[in-house]
Amino acid sequence: MSDIKKFLYVNRRAPYGTVYALESLEVVLIGAAFDQDVSLVFMDDGVFQLKKDQNSEASGMKNFSPTFNALGDYDVNKIYVEKESLEARGMTMDDLMALTYEDEDDDWAEKSSMHLVSADEVRDLMEESEVVLSF
Amino acid sequence: MKISVQVNEGPYQHQASDSAYNFVKAALEKGHEIFRVFFYHDGVNNGTRLATPPQDDRNVQQRWSDLSKEHELDLVICVAAAQRRGIVDDGEAERNGKDATNIMDGFRISGLGQLIEAGVQSDRLVVFGD
Repeated sequence: MSDIKKFLYVNRRAPYGTVYALESLEVVLIGAAFDQDVSLVFMDDGVFQLKKDQNSEASGMKNFSPTFNALGDYDVNKIYVEKESLEARGMTMDDLMALTYEDEDDDWAEKSSMHLVSADEVRDLMEESEVVLSF
Repeated sequence: MKISVQVNEGPYQHQASDSAYNFVKAALEKGHEIFRVFFYHDGVNNGTRLATPPQDDRNVQQRWSDLSKEHELDLVICVAAAQRRGIVDDGEAERNGKDATNIMDGFRISGLGQLIEAGVQSDRLVVFGD
C-alpha cells in the first residue's frame, strides 16, 4: 500500500476499568504493519495508561503496560501526553514510563518518544491528522 | 465521497450503533460510497443473529443485515474482539472448536488490518461511540 496517511490514536480512558485501552493498543500494534504516519495522544484518564510500575494483579486483569515499550520497535515513536490532564491528576512526566525508540537516521541513537503537550497543541494535532481514532 | 464507519458500542446498551446506522443510510441516500463498516469493542455484538428484541422495538442487528443486502455493504467484525465476546462464524467455530455459530447474515469476521485499510482507503473514517 503506497498511501501514507497521518493516523492519530486518542486514548482517553483508564487502563483497566474498561477494555478500550487494551483494544486500542491492539489496533496500534496491528496498524504499525501498515507503515502509516502514527501518533498517539493520551489525555483525560488515558494518561493513567502510561503510569510507571503498574500492578493490576489484584484486579485480575492483565497488565498490558509493558507492551507500550514495544511501540518504538514498530516505529511508533510520537507519544503525546496532555499537560492539563496530567496536572489535574497530580502527575508529572516522571510518573510515566520513559518510552524510547532508536533513531535509524541518527546512528540508532536512543531517543525519547514522550512529548508533553498542551490542550491547544492536542487540538492542532487533531487538526493536522487525517484519520483520528478515539478510544 | 468514500466513507468508512467504525462502530465501537453494542446494540441497545448504547445509541452508537443506531447513530451509525442512520448515518450510513443517509450517506448512501446522498450518493456517497460506504467503503466499509467496522465493528469493534462491544460493537461486534451488532453481528449476532441470536438476539430477540421486543417486537415493538427496532431490531438493530437485523437492520444492519438488511441494509447490507440492499447496498452490498461490507460489514466487518473484528476477529480479536469477536473471540473475546463469542461472535462465531463457521471458520472461527472450526478453528477454536466451538459447537455453534451465531454470526448474522451480511457480516463477516476479519482482522484489525481491515480497519486500518478503511482509514487509508476512505476519504473519511467516522467513529461512533463515546
